[in-house]
Amino acid sequence: MHKKLYIQSYCHIKNNQLWLNGKLVFEGDQDNNLKDFLKSSYRDQKLHYPKFFKMDNLSKLSILAADLILSEIDLNKFDHNVALIFSNKASSLDTDRKHQKSIDDADHYFPSPAVFVYTLPNIGIGEISIKHKLKSENGFFIFDEYNAKFHHNYERLLIKNNKSNAVLAGWVNVDEEVYDAFVYLISENGNLEHTEQNLIKLYKE
Amino acid sequence: MDSLKKELKEKIIENLNLEDMEVEDIADDDMLFGDGLGLDSIDALELIVMLDKDYGIKLTDPKQGKSIFESINTMAKYITENRA
Amino acid sequence: MSKGVAITGMGIISSIGNTVEENFQSLIDKKPGIARIKKIDTIHQDTIKVGEINFSNEELIKILDLPDSNNYSRTALLAEIAAKEAVKNAHIRDIQKYRTGLISATSVGGMDMTEKFYYSYYEEEKDRKYIDAHSLGDATSKVAKSLGITEFVTTISTACSSGTNAIMLGARMIKSGKLDRVIVGGADCLSKFTINGFKTLMILSETDCKPFDENRTGLNLGEAAAFLVLESDEVVKKENKKVLAYVSGYANANDAFHQTASSEDGEGATLAMQKALKVANLLAEDIDYVNAHGTATPNNDSSESKAISRIFNNDIPDFSSTKGYTGHTLAAAGAIEAVYSILALQNDTVFPNLNFETPMVETSLIPETEVVRKKIDHVLSNSFGFGGNCSTLIFSKA
Repeated sequence: MHKKLYIQSYCHIKNNQLWLNGKLVFEGDQDNNLKDFLKSSYRDQKLHYPKFFKMDNLSKLSILAADLILSEIDLNKFDHNVALIFSNKASSLDTDRKHQKSIDDADHYFPSPAVFVYTLPNIGIGEISIKHKLKSENGFFIFDEYNAKFHHNYERLLIKNNKSNAVLAGWVNVDEEVYDAFVYLISENGNLEHTEQNLIKLYKE
Repeated sequence: MDSLKKELKEKIIENLNLEDMEVEDIADDDMLFGDGLGLDSIDALELIVMLDKDYGIKLTDPKQGKSIFESINTMAKYITENRA
Repeated sequence: MSKGVAITGMGIISSIGNTVEENFQSLIDKKPGIARIKKIDTIHQDTIKVGEINFSNEELIKILDLPDSNNYSRTALLAEIAAKEAVKNAHIRDIQKYRTGLISATSVGGMDMTEKFYYSYYEEEKDRKYIDAHSLGDATSKVAKSLGITEFVTTISTACSSGTNAIMLGARMIKSGKLDRVIVGGADCLSKFTINGFKTLMILSETDCKPFDENRTGLNLGEAAAFLVLESDEVVKKENKKVLAYVSGYANANDAFHQTASSEDGEGATLAMQKALKVANLLAEDIDYVNAHGTATPNNDSSESKAISRIFNNDIPDFSSTKGYTGHTLAAAGAIEAVYSILALQNDTVFPNLNFETPMVETSLIPETEVVRKKIDHVLSNSFGFGGNCSTLIFSKA
């Protein structure tokens, strides 16, 4: 059965701005570092999720991007079966450095469990799963840059083979103050066709 | 003991990233885990690290933490009795 | 009715053997590879036990005949050895003849080198070559280059389920016709980064780990690499390949409970096993052996036991965790346990769960503790990673 798939909605988080479906929804203080920008975005978007503050920057960015999209969606319509397929270049390097720093001095080391649990890039999508109660398939891939061909293929296959009813996917990368998030929802609803070209076009927006 | 209790509250807020919480918001006998402050198992491990780092107390069995970290009162008592 | 995706080759290096045959021999001789750590100078030397591979990096470099100027991390060295064995085992002469991909998994990447040389980078120019070796994708691209794979190359990083997810993705790409052939697996080496991290989570055992035992206290970390070669039915036919086994089922689900702990009722694990059975078009009673994730942490074994009980009800098949042999090899775990599952099928043998003495009070499940010969047609293998990432594979006899 040939299901027609669409990019139901998409968001960008970059340059201290939150964009949803091509519209600017929040602009943080340009002087803010990433941590403060994420905090002010959390407040602006009224996330009301205290666990946010325990997360590392990569997970915070993942949760914010996911929330931008999912807050407009009724997950029951998808039976909560929304797969998560994310990728990035830096993996969890930003947090890895923090953990490494805490074990550098053999005479005074105190590794933090709360930091260590985030030294994997897929914890962020785990956090999305916990917050939105998604027990669906989730995968995390490492590429040099956003790979539209890979993503398009994987997302299409998941829905085509009835593995999930929708896919929340994209690129979430954090490396110190350099960050970039492009996250979107693929489903059978929408106006913009799910093609490799359209994904590339939106990514570059 | 009172200054230790205040210190513990400050450290908990700082170390466990309890944004929006002030020292006044934590009562001495509030349940820290479960329904009280809602801390979880990773927070418990962080408190174990804090005991070692700031008070020189080494806990080897994570299960001990359950009774020690019940509230600010129990924490302060344990630290006073066991600190290096 | 498709039998699944054909496996035509495999390769492995672990603390219980440097080849598939050596690993098999250790499994049936009940010879574990767990001991005090030798190659890493860590303050935890006397309080942890690990599954360490005997070879030093210099020895691995020699085996691979790499030039002195190489910048291979230990992860990359292990990966390349196992991948080469798999390709050889699959009798591949011309890798470019068909659309061939490489999907590798790792969690450590080049961290073993970074933690050694990070502070000397400013002064020592000779160490700077390892900067490039840090990223997770580096080991993968080194293996791809050495094998001559260009069609599709990626790295999966989903913690302890990574190796399993690599096999799953590979199988799907063959099934959907995107690739004709794919090398899939994972590699992870021991590092201070990981040792210290797990220590602070208080889930490391000071003694030999005891999967599914009531008195288990935690896991032993390990290092290893393993790869499978998957090929389409068309290539198998054209090249007249011997099929070792089939990947007949696979699935992934999220536990949606906690960043690192598993839920009490093993929901994620249950969903993964359920979905894998569905993909394989099998019933629970068709499974002859379960190679469990069984890390020997209080949390995992409890959660996984619940999930196993939920799936198999009162008819639990023979099951065991082989982590008593190799330790928990993180991203490589799913891959080495895939090799063990295939060996189980080929040899009609259930491998024992070492160090088991007392059944868990809450479930009373008893793993197989001896080497058992019996007819095995289908094996189910679990790997559950931090982030609630639960994956299951089902392998079926060729």
